[in-house]
Amino acid sequence: MAIAQRENLPATSLFRRPSATTGVWSWITTVDHKRIGILYGVTSFVFFILGGIEALLLRLQLAAPDGKVLDADLYNQLFTMHGTTMIFLVVMPMSAAFFNFFIPLMIGARDVAFPRLNAFSYWVFLLGGIFLYSSFFLGGFPDGGWFGYAPLSTESYGALPNAASRMDFWALGLQILGIASLVASVNFVTTIINMRAPGMSFMRMPVFVWMTLVVNFLLLFAMPVIAVALFQVMFDRFFGTGFFDVAMGGDPVLWQHMFWLFGHPEVYILILPAMGIVSEILPTFSRKPLFGYPFVVFSGIAIGFMGWGVWAHHMFAVGLGPVANSAFALSTMFIAVPTGVKIFNWLGTLWGGRIRFKTPMLFSLGFVAMFVIGGLSGVTHALVPHDAQQTDTYYIVAHFHYVLFGGAIFGLFAGMYYWWPKVFGRLLGERLGKLHFWLMLIGFNLTFGPMHILGLQGMARRYYRYRAEDGFTAWNFIATVGSFIIALSILVFLVNVALAHRKPKTASADPWDGRTLEWTIPSPPPEYNFAEIPTVHAVDDFWHRKYAEDKSGRAQPVPAGGSEEAESGHDGHGIHMPSPSYFPLVAALGLPLIGYGLIYQWAIAAVGAMMTLVGLYGWALEPSTEPEPAQHESTSSRVAD
Amino acid sequence: MATTEQHVEEHHHTSTGLDNKKMAMWAFLGSECLLFGALISAYLLYRKRGPGKHPADLYDIPFTSVSSFVLLMSSLTMVLALSGIQRGDGRRLRVWLVATAVLGMTFIAGQVYEFTTFVKEGMSLTSNAGASAFFVLTGFHGTHVSIGIIMLLSLVGLSLAGKLPAERSLAVELAGLYWHFVDIVWIVIFTVVYLVPS
Ligand code: HEM
Ligand SMILES: [Cu+2]
Repeated sequence: MAIAQRENLPATSLFRRPSATTGVWSWITTVDHKRIGILYGVTSFVFFILGGIEALLLRLQLAAPDGKVLDADLYNQLFTMHGTTMIFLVVMPMSAAFFNFFIPLMIGARDVAFPRLNAFSYWVFLLGGIFLYSSFFLGGFPDGGWFGYAPLSTESYGALPNAASRMDFWALGLQILGIASLVASVNFVTTIINMRAPGMSFMRMPVFVWMTLVVNFLLLFAMPVIAVALFQVMFDRFFGTGFFDVAMGGDPVLWQHMFWLFGHPEVYILILPAMGIVSEILPTFSRKPLFGYPFVVFSGIAIGFMGWGVWAHHMFAVGLGPVANSAFALSTMFIAVPTGVKIFNWLGTLWGGRIRFKTPMLFSLGFVAMFVIGGLSGVTHALVPHDAQQTDTYYIVAHFHYVLFGGAIFGLFAGMYYWWPKVFGRLLGERLGKLHFWLMLIGFNLTFGPMHILGLQGMARRYYRYRAEDGFTAWNFIATVGSFIIALSILVFLVNVALAHRKPKTASADPWDGRTLEWTIPSPPPEYNFAEIPTVHAVDDFWHRKYAEDKSGRAQPVPAGGSEEAESGHDGHGIHMPSPSYFPLVAALGLPLIGYGLIYQWAIAAVGAMMTLVGLYGWALEPSTEPEPAQHESTSSRVAD
Repeated sequence: MATTEQHVEEHHHTSTGLDNKKMAMWAFLGSECLLFGALISAYLLYRKRGPGKHPADLYDIPFTSVSSFVLLMSSLTMVLALSGIQRGDGRRLRVWLVATAVLGMTFIAGQVYEFTTFVKEGMSLTSNAGASAFFVLTGFHGTHVSIGIIMLLSLVGLSLAGKLPAERSLAVELAGLYWHFVDIVWIVIFTVVYLVPS
């Protein structure tokens, strides 16, 4: 039994790999994709709470005319951090939590392709987030918006001592976070393409795996674009180059092009994981296969491609001219088609199903409904004359919250309730779960529904205050009440988690009667995931092991009974997993130091660069993971790192 | 049993038959294409903008042609290094790795010379948007070459320490992929940035 652990070499080498299997050090040095997934999840949830508190402060300020909670400066800082946090520190890493934990399980692999790289990307994410938030103690949060338009990002409005600016933290922080995403995307693309269990052809992969693959390709190609744009901002800031300085021949509109060339694919990076999650949950709780699996897959791929051709719909008001505007209006309406295809597939899945309204299902249905509203208001922006009225008003704020919150966050909560038993061996309470759902749904619509009206009434985005005569008072008050209902619903969720974790781990391997491979192994899964690497014969292979179809096409249990823990007779003997490692953390620690160094003192940057280099060398020279396996099974380790 | 270890490390089975590390390198290089694509686009947009001298006024095409040739030759020596390790000939491997690194350093020296001349002739990083875009683009490429040189020299060190047996030729192959990519990018830059406007 003990053999199925990550082993280490004897204490002879300088680069001895750490061996703690419990306690804090085991978490710090872990390279197990499941633990890294949990780290991602917990960290992004902490940031979710921070971003939520910022949102509540904004809403308090706007609850009544002539708000006095925040001054203009603080308001700027908070909406910048709120947007930056929610996008880069909440939705992206929370999706990554699901990728990390479930991709290997769903493709029948023992780990990701590069376990240490995986740990590295987590630490870079965490440290990048801390770096960004540390600005608060060094002169204030960044204050130029999450889109960092030049010159808000290139000139020092919120000046700090040392001629530094709050936006330095923004540009460098995003750069660091981008490294985390890029590294993770290389890892997941390799993992999904290369590590699938025998028989799992591409068209047998679960939809969630497909959407993850598309997202990681998007990341692979979108991150360098924003990286270059951020480099240009940094060079303008630190060295006085002229990329965005009109007097030197630069053009702030270039920033907008580059930002949205990254930014529009980014919105699909945010939403496709949730779409993948929902595409797993709806079939399970309708007890039917996903309707039109190939359509869902291909529309996901189509979105991945088309997402590159619509960026300028964020720039209709810039004045690109009628030709460009019409072209981008058209391409934007086209991209609504594959998105609509998915909606019909989900409805088709529900149609005629034996639906069980468990909490994950409720959140998935909430996702579909809210996403439809957000999508429809999105199509109205594609009409240029409409957009001229709506842009930079609360109508836009309503739109993107319906998509990002009603879409991504609802989808991620659906995934949490669905997979919680697999991760922790405990089911979250159904009653509290439903309460959470209904409070969140009501609060959400109270908060963001009225914003459509406020926008059409002319309330501009990023107003920090309005007057009673403006006529915005009533709807704003309702929105603020709604936001506190959302906060309450999150508290209910936390209570649910706390209560569930006081009970023993009793969840079975397959509590929902699931369809995909992760439900074939115990909850929580052993370190090596699969005692025996499974062989796959169909989409939803596990389901077909359990059920056959009768004449009318209804599922009937297979007489012999698909055993729940089909392959648990094996104790993992002879499976060698990679050992833990310090070096991913060491290499990651250098990056924020480089960031501080660029802002304050070059010497710090040099120390940071040395640290990263030491980390990388240690990493490369660390002894191999496999200490002379006593017995070598054909299926044993497929993990290279 | 050390061979078993190698076996697991380098020849484990994958769904596509392509090694994980190679796949990752290809993915990374795909991403790098967009990095350079964005830098080159910014340069093309800005090359004549702003007051003062612009890069195209100062190019010394014969000089840059020579240093481009030097860099191209380094791809050849890189191939020879790989064939060295594949034949299990550590000495050949090291000779050609060092040759590749030296050619790379010659290219970098040429770039340093070019930059200093440009600055002397009155075009610096902060002269105008065109100059900024030029220096940042070519500087990024130079940084990539420098990282490549560090990789090559690290491989030489490993080989000297006896840690680079023929079974590990993949490490050299990966460094080679990166090196060739950086060379190809330079051909694009040389053509689009240096030759086209003149
Ligand atoms: C309790 C829930 C939330 C509330 C009450 C809320 C409220 C707000 C408010 C009041 C603004 C500022 C509008 C302005 O003055 O310009 C804002 C902006 C924004 N929110 Fe939220 N929000 C919430 C959740 C989310 C979530 C979950 C996301 C993304 C996943 C998100 C993404 C954004 C973005 C990107 C901005 C734009 C920031 C900017 O203009 O730079 N929000 N939100
Ligand atoms: Cu867009």
